Amino acid sequence: MRSRWSALWPPLLTGVGGLLLWEGMIIVFGIREFLLPKPSSIWAELFAEWPVLSHAGWETGRIAFSGLVLGVLAGVVLAFVTNRFRSLNEGLTPLAVAVNATPIVALAPIFNAWFGITGVVSNQAVVIAVVFFPVFINTAKGLTEVHPDEIELMRSYASSEWTILREVRVPNALPFFANALRVVAPLSVIAAIVAEYFGGPQDRIGNVITSNAAFARYDVAWAAIVVASAFGLALFAGAVLIERLSTPWRMATQVEITNNKPGRGK
Amino acid sequence: MSSEHAVSVTEVGKVFNEGSVDEVAALSGIDLNIEPGEFVSLIGPSGCGKSTLLRLIGDLLEPSAGAVSVFGKSAHQARMDQNYGMVFQHAGLFDWRKVAANIELPLELRDWSKADRAARSKEMLDLVKLPDFGNHYPRQLSGGMQQRVSIARALSFKPKLLLMDEPFGALDEMTREHMQIELLRIWEETGTTVVFVTHSIPEAAFLSNRVVVLSPRPGRVHSIIEVNLGQRTEDTRENPEFFSTATKIREALRAVEAAQ
Repeated sequence: MRSRWSALWPPLLTGVGGLLLWEGMIIVFGIREFLLPKPSSIWAELFAEWPVLSHAGWETGRIAFSGLVLGVLAGVVLAFVTNRFRSLNEGLTPLAVAVNATPIVALAPIFNAWFGITGVVSNQAVVIAVVFFPVFINTAKGLTEVHPDEIELMRSYASSEWTILREVRVPNALPFFANALRVVAPLSVIAAIVAEYFGGPQDRIGNVITSNAAFARYDVAWAAIVVASAFGLALFAGAVLIERLSTPWRMATQVEITNNKPGRGK
Repeated sequence: MSSEHAVSVTEVGKVFNEGSVDEVAALSGIDLNIEPGEFVSLIGPSGCGKSTLLRLIGDLLEPSAGAVSVFGKSAHQARMDQNYGMVFQHAGLFDWRKVAANIELPLELRDWSKADRAARSKEMLDLVKLPDFGNHYPRQLSGGMQQRVSIARALSFKPKLLLMDEPFGALDEMTREHMQIELLRIWEETGTTVVFVTHSIPEAAFLSNRVVVLSPRPGRVHSIIEVNLGQRTEDTRENPEFFSTATKIREALRAVEAAQ
């Protein structure tokens, strides 16, 4: 526990110090609030506008989270399918690469036209499209990049492909999957907000930011950004937790080994 | 039954990428019998097909010509009957399983009960002199310790035939010598048959009852050297008989080289 606390101190100090420096600079240099509001003003708006912000956070949060879950599921399922059917892999992987090279958020207005601008589906679709690719590529890589000796070993035990999948490929893919999850979890919030910039209901974080910025209420816009980053951070923390729980062997540290020498008659 | 060979390789050939431009004849006309309880090493320059021969015996590859039988049945049947234990140069332990669980993997695949598995893995950890490491993850162990776990895993279900592909190739010289003594002790205790691929002359001389020298392109049996060192100890390494055996192997390998 002691080491956990000592690991927490430096970022905490940096964060608090940074906020104080920000506040101080604005006062000292007389920066106008509409250019960069003081942290204290943002904090005040966070409370004053809490009903609006918390509702917007909930709306955007559920779009980001549901899109994240669906995108991750789609990526994992497709990774398994391409691992099972190699010929499908040759057809699908270049397509997935092409899709990834497309700036997905640029598709947001088109998704609005396809799925309707008032519902959640069009913004969800943007999140799914952004999340899907890294999960698919990484998981597929983890399923295939197994040391050949490990496959030969399993075959020497007369194991079926199914047993090899369960005992070797899936655990081998877990760290790859966890890495992808850590990347896409905060990305889902970014994708949702950017998609909201292209219109849609006014009670979501992206629209709260654009409409308040339009009326020069930058402190409220910043407060909305705080809500969004808190949510992104929470998703990231969740991804890290999943990583730690699902791959405990990666946390194991090298032990100091004494009396390493076997042999007899000494 | 008494005449049944542990391994019988008859007129075996192996061609990779047959009919294609990069066709390679890896082995040709291999005849080799290995008796139950024997320790046989395969040695030869790189490209002589010694690992290929090991994989043909283990039914991880299929011969292009000839036949391999193991304990009187086809190599495929022997693999299906799970008669093989395998150890590679790369220890090949599963990172996600603790050491004891790695040793228990082949037992799990045979549906052993949890209690029986635990008892056997404990026994095996004692055998390889790592009694306190069952609860560690493989990455917490040194290379030599990992390789001992790999041997324990291969022996956990008492396979009739142990196939080893340069298992000590990645270890430093002293660890390697300790491991050789360990392997011989385990071999004596378990009475298993061992086929051992190596590129080290002293290793082949120290461990084997017989050393099979292979020549490359395509791989053929050049000669078979009998080793009569009796009971091996650390002192065997300084024994004149050991040096003369190593010299015989070296001369055979030189003859192989000269013939190229």
